[in-house]
Amino acid sequence: MLKEFDVRQVPYVPDGGLAELILAVQAEPSMRAISLTTEEEGVALSAGAWLGGQRSALLMQSSGVGNCVNMLSLIKTCRFPFLSLVTMRGEWGEFNPWQVPMGQATPAAFEMMDVQVLRADHPEEVGAVVRAGAKTAYEGGSAVAVLLSQRLIGSKEFVK
Amino acid sequence: MRGGRKIKGRLDRREAVAALLAPRRDTLVVTGLGAATYDVAAAGDHERNFYLWGAMGGTLALGLGLALAQPEVPVLVVTGDGEMLMGLGSFATLAQQVPGNLTVVILDNGLYGETGQQETHTAGATDLAAVAKACGIADSTTLTTLAEVGTLAARAHAVGKQPTVAVVKIAREDAPRVVPVREGAYNKSRLRVALGLSAD
Repeated sequence: MLKEFDVRQVPYVPDGGLAELILAVQAEPSMRAISLTTEEEGVALSAGAWLGGQRSALLMQSSGVGNCVNMLSLIKTCRFPFLSLVTMRGEWGEFNPWQVPMGQATPAAFEMMDVQVLRADHPEEVGAVVRAGAKTAYEGGSAVAVLLSQRLIGSKEFVK
Repeated sequence: MRGGRKIKGRLDRREAVAALLAPRRDTLVVTGLGAATYDVAAAGDHERNFYLWGAMGGTLALGLGLALAQPEVPVLVVTGDGEMLMGLGSFATLAQQVPGNLTVVILDNGLYGETGQQETHTAGATDLAAVAKACGIADSTTLTTLAEVGTLAARAHAVGKQPTVAVVKIAREDAPRVVPVREGAYNKSRLRVALGLSAD
């Protein structure tokens, strides 16, 4: 689907739930997978990509969302379109308590910076939700985060 | 103007940036918040300038996204040591991508100029060119003369084979503030239109 929307730059901080998607991006000649050291780099990089006429999609785990908060002021102030696909931790049957605080705060962290939050909980809705997010971002010019629930992780339908 | 401690032999920031930008043709210039933004504005506003007034630590990463999107156009990031210290990881990210059209110039006075001249880590033991080199950017140097800045400028406005990181040691004196546009959405649209893209 990222290809369908002509996404060219895919900055990411890996997560288990994103592993297959990252491999698919790396294998796709029209896209550049860009490994980040921290998530806010991806926010700034996305802005630069748009400035230069390319679409990007930032992939990260919910734990990284807090790292992005100040950098999202760039998206808001300059009204850059922005799309991030976020795999959730700290919710559905989480075994690691350290994942819970940021996972639980993820929607609020985006919303306080005026990033619209969409969410997919079931495999059959992922395609429609990501498509809606991509349209809102790239065609509508908004900032959108699509949260992919922890229930989906490991589900094949989750990728592309 | 706040008085900084003069360090003998260090470059005047405005002279250095003017020399850096003198051979400019179609180069896209991204500036880090604070004095780097004022220095580039002082050299003359340009439709291909993108001035950051915030997003501290993100200037190099933004320049990288722009350079990857416009591989035929030289991209020049001009930022300060304090801003760069907040985004050190982006050296490693840059080293993974190796764009030949990106030059990163760090104006290094060892101070956080905007917040009252507190010393940064480069006033102590930290060497930003060495950090960049250790992150994998082979062409990472520290410049101390205007002649060296001139040589860098001759390369920075052309597309090469690998990115360049240059730390330019500048004096601690503040320069008068030259305030460019702060309306980020306008600045974004202006640059996009200059590239032949839609405004939004």
